[in-house]
Amino acid sequence: MATLFQGVGAVTPFSASSSLDSNKLLLPSRKSLSISDSRGSIFVYRSDALNLKAATRKQDLLIPNAVATKGETSTSAKSGHELLLFEALREGLEEEMERDPRVCVMGEDVGHYGGSYKVTKGLAEKYGDLRVLDTPIAENSFTGMGIGAAMTGLRPIVEGMNMGFLLLAFNQISNNCGMLHYTSGGQFTIPIVIRGPGGVGRQLGAEHSQRLESYFQSIPGIQMVACSTPYNAKGLMKAAIRSENPVILFEHVLLYNLKERIPDEEYVLSLEEAEMVRPGEHVTILTYSRMRYHVMQAAKTLVNKGYDPEVIDIRSLKPFDLYTIGCSVKKTHRVLIVEECMRTGGIGASLTAAITENFHDYLDAPIVCLSSQDVPTPYAGTLEEWTVVQPAQIVSAVEQLCQ
Amino acid sequence: MPLSATNFAQPRPVPVGIRSNEKSLSSDPFRFRFRGSPSFLGSPHSLRFNPTPPLKLAIPHCRRSAAAAVTDVSNGTMVKSSANMLITKEEGLELYEDMILGRFFEDMCAQMYYRGKMFGFVHLYNGQEAVSTGFIKLLKKEDTVVSTYRDHVHALSKGVPARAVMSELFGKATGCCRGQGGSMHMFSKEHNLIGGFAFIGEGIPVATGAAFSSKYRREVLKEASADHVTLAFFGDGTCNNGQFYECLNMAALWKLPIIFVVENNLWAIGMSHLRATSDPEIWKKGPAFGMAGVHVDGMDVLKVREVAKEAIERARRGDGPTLVECETYRFRGHSLADPDELRDPAEKARYAARDPISALKKYMIENKLANEQELKSIEKKIDEVLDDAVEFSDESPLPPRSQLLENVFADSKGFGIGPDGKYRCEDPKFTQGTAHV
Repeated sequence: MATLFQGVGAVTPFSASSSLDSNKLLLPSRKSLSISDSRGSIFVYRSDALNLKAATRKQDLLIPNAVATKGETSTSAKSGHELLLFEALREGLEEEMERDPRVCVMGEDVGHYGGSYKVTKGLAEKYGDLRVLDTPIAENSFTGMGIGAAMTGLRPIVEGMNMGFLLLAFNQISNNCGMLHYTSGGQFTIPIVIRGPGGVGRQLGAEHSQRLESYFQSIPGIQMVACSTPYNAKGLMKAAIRSENPVILFEHVLLYNLKERIPDEEYVLSLEEAEMVRPGEHVTILTYSRMRYHVMQAAKTLVNKGYDPEVIDIRSLKPFDLYTIGCSVKKTHRVLIVEECMRTGGIGASLTAAITENFHDYLDAPIVCLSSQDVPTPYAGTLEEWTVVQPAQIVSAVEQLCQ
Repeated sequence: MPLSATNFAQPRPVPVGIRSNEKSLSSDPFRFRFRGSPSFLGSPHSLRFNPTPPLKLAIPHCRRSAAAAVTDVSNGTMVKSSANMLITKEEGLELYEDMILGRFFEDMCAQMYYRGKMFGFVHLYNGQEAVSTGFIKLLKKEDTVVSTYRDHVHALSKGVPARAVMSELFGKATGCCRGQGGSMHMFSKEHNLIGGFAFIGEGIPVATGAAFSSKYRREVLKEASADHVTLAFFGDGTCNNGQFYECLNMAALWKLPIIFVVENNLWAIGMSHLRATSDPEIWKKGPAFGMAGVHVDGMDVLKVREVAKEAIERARRGDGPTLVECETYRFRGHSLADPDELRDPAEKARYAARDPISALKKYMIENKLANEQELKSIEKKIDEVLDDAVEFSDESPLPPRSQLLENVFADSKGFGIGPDGKYRCEDPKFTQGTAHV
């Protein structure tokens, strides 16, 4: 089957960005993270724009292996190609569409508009209006249509313009997507991929800042993955398309402009495996999506303070990769979960339960879970910042955990 | 078979509102509340629309003479069309057998339910057989059917063996869905029956997707033989649901090869269609989206078949969807748990007099297409089929524990990696159904 490049070149944007620091660094303004500005310019997402200058200065003082580079890999500056996360998604999508004519895309504005985050840009011109289908605004029905198409032989990718819109498709995702393989006694497979951007953005308001992974996680029969870097975005997109199971791929609005160098060779990642971002000894920090960057930012501070955190991007939100997580817990005996999900019933809550159930004997301290506040995301920038976990909170949580 | 010329009257359109059983409607308490045109209930007229946007007028016209074989059972008159019979003897016997199978099967279901052989919600189709038979018997095996929870007879008409359906209802491993679906989730890949849905309306988008697949195969994958059509069956209650309208829009927009068949039996459990719908004439909603909207007497299998032929041909040609409203009635309650106290006995009696099976029987006998003997032998044959189905189901094994986790995922790696580093589906307990996932 597909080759797994799990351990190779887990290059994080931070290592990529360190080569950019000497060049221009732009403060991410409100506009800069929108789609329209993405062409040609280099944007590096910083979670905390205010600390930007401090962070750049700190770069020089940092211990070089604050971030994992897995040694010198083939994906050094010489080989591979650089692109932004949304381009990586598009590349993965295009490769799969090229490979299998049954792969098709449907969603709002995916065709002529190129996707509201430009993930499908250019595909309609190349593959036609039926293969990259612009749908009317009817999430429940076009998701159901994707499911029906999947059952009858196609491999559709349904894009929710914003993950929150997929709440309207909950009926189809829960009842049909997850269940029909089972209720049909295994007769029909549903190789559908449902993807879209979610998460808290920059003052997008409550309804556009939702994290649906917690709502979908109970649905039996589906898999959920969250991408966080261009490398894993492309790999997970390809894996999701090739999978015979229905997969929900969670992207994040603020991560689309991350830049990274990815291999030229074809690679497909595993949908069930977690990613070791930074090996360490003192504490296991489990995270996914955007919070990975907050964690890595906190990791820099922690390393300076003498801690050695092990950071794992769990990537697979359902099912959890209990092996990678378990190995880590057995090594460090302390767990911190950092997520953007709501506190109540979120991924962190499930993960806490799973770890407690399986690795209770290996824990030296209760699991700490940092989640977003159980608050509809406010519009005001300051309030919004306080609903989401910030690096400073992560640092103090680790300090407390490691006492 | 000899067709006696003297039996044929001059074809005439049946006037709006005047049918022998219409007169009794005026004293029906429910009729008073109905504010629509009197042609709606029991109208033989099909009002067609030629989709030429942006002009959207439904132009009423009389039915074509070839289709005006009104079988008016209640007073025994018969208006027949010109020289051609609507069906041959073989077709007639096929239709009769299919309707008898549907009826007898549902009656057997009721029996088995009360004997404790099946449980849960069981929704029976008695009285509506003309719709299922009229439509599905015109389909090819590759055509797709999507149904609702009232799906036993759709499955049977599509060709799913009675044994497989009965076993499924008994919850046995030999059921068409291995006992995992039940009454409301009949699926058959071989016969292209993709459901069986418990929530109303949720099958319609799936049907739209199947139709989309067909169009995709034809236009993108360039498979010349991909002219498969999809039939979506659903009820009057569903026609107030958003998914219905969203799919009407998409189907008309992309000219998908789909036929939306409304089985309007006037009742959604205890909610009368007239109390739930601002404009009860569902066929009218087709033209609003730019597709043909047709109303047909769903108690007359020949009329349904005529309408179905045209709709299926339209879809196969690539000319887009049709919305067909079949006026029909369910003789039993909504489900076996429904006491059915709300419906007026006079209404039930009226429709019972229009039993589609009796109507076809009468038609066949009076037109010398078959005799009593032949029809009785069909009934006997079906009795045997059903006895065999019940016996088979009784003797079939219940699903073993090992089946519990098998079909949750097509690729069982979806259960993830366990603490020991192996995929959970590799755990030997997984195949025993006792693994911790």
